[in-house]
Amino acid sequence: MQISDSSSRILAGLLEARTGQQLTMSRRWRIETALSSLLRERGVNSLDELITILVMGKEPNLSQQVVEALLNNETYFFRDRSPFDLIARHALPALAERRKDQRRLRIWSAGCSTGQEVYSLAMLFAEAPQQWAGWTIDILGTDVSTACVERARSGTYTQFEVQRGLGINQMIKWFEECADGWRAVEALRRPLRFQVHNLLEQPPHPGAFDIVLCRNVMLYLSAEKKTLAFERLASAMAPDGWLMLGAGETVIGQTTRLGADLNARGLYRLTGDGSLVEKRSGDRRAALGA
Amino acid sequence: MKNCLIVDDSKVIRKVARHILETLEFEVDEAGDGQEALTRCEAKMPDVVLLDWNMPVMSGMEFLKMLRQRGHSDQPKVVFCTTENDMAHIRAALEAGADEYVMKPFDRETLHIKLQLVGVA
Repeated sequence: MQISDSSSRILAGLLEARTGQQLTMSRRWRIETALSSLLRERGVNSLDELITILVMGKEPNLSQQVVEALLNNETYFFRDRSPFDLIARHALPALAERRKDQRRLRIWSAGCSTGQEVYSLAMLFAEAPQQWAGWTIDILGTDVSTACVERARSGTYTQFEVQRGLGINQMIKWFEECADGWRAVEALRRPLRFQVHNLLEQPPHPGAFDIVLCRNVMLYLSAEKKTLAFERLASAMAPDGWLMLGAGETVIGQTTRLGADLNARGLYRLTGDGSLVEKRSGDRRAALGA
Repeated sequence: MKNCLIVDDSKVIRKVARHILETLEFEVDEAGDGQEALTRCEAKMPDVVLLDWNMPVMSGMEFLKMLRQRGHSDQPKVVFCTTENDMAHIRAALEAGADEYVMKPFDRETLHIKLQLVGVA
């Protein structure tokens, strides 16, 4: 099935207007695959026919369905593993000490897709029950896709999805069989909240999050939108909070609000007046003129 | 290079699994049932066995129990790879000595992570 350049441009414009994401040339090859199910459901014969229906504006829900189908929702449990090790070994012990009086942590997974990252975070806490007893752990997952958020909220995954990234012992501990596949147990779902949210809009709880994860989202944004997105993420973070990006993503050249945490490669902190970005001891001596 | 023995009575599954494992830089051997797999293990113990459940001659479960009973010091990791996808089968496999469990269908990423989790990838 072929798609004309003009139709491709219309879809790219629609996606960017709704989500800020770019449908770059490298992603255009997957338009046909991404929209094939929707075409079948709607009984539409070609992509150009779909575009015609969109442009005529007779079916307002259709444009949202097209946008959601074009989004890349690839995710799995403990994706890339090492980021979760970094959080478990570096960020959480530090936060456990810093927040020992409040005994509350807030974590935001921005662009959570169908929720596997959020449930992976929940497992980090659930597997250390003694350490976190008496704490309020508030984990929020947001995504621009309504369908993804609904799936994430259900905590239900297909057989194919549930085993992607999870060891079998972890899977049978935290998931139970249900009619639609495998559902996260209530104890795992309890601290989790999900809501539809566009990363380019004001964050859900400004200044409140101890850890913000925004992985594999920035790569779909234009330079201008990236700067805005980093501004939004920075404004969501607690003054001593951390941001985690996807492998290959960076703040360098995108924002002055965030800088690398030199003690934990892969984590970023607010720069503020510069005092909050941690230095290696050598750097600190150099800064003091030693 | 680690060695993986694929035990499955389906040639198609063996072919697909072999392709994935070779892209993960495994040296691959194949067996069509549990009895053949035991013979191959006696000749050369692999690092990991990718094991189907339902097979003629000797099932995956029978193979696993016999392998573990033999008490070789160089016991391989065993990853069940099967269409038996309910909790009862999973628990039975783990109790018999399986290290991991993959439910068919699966993809390269799933298998790769399972092999990492058992320490062979």
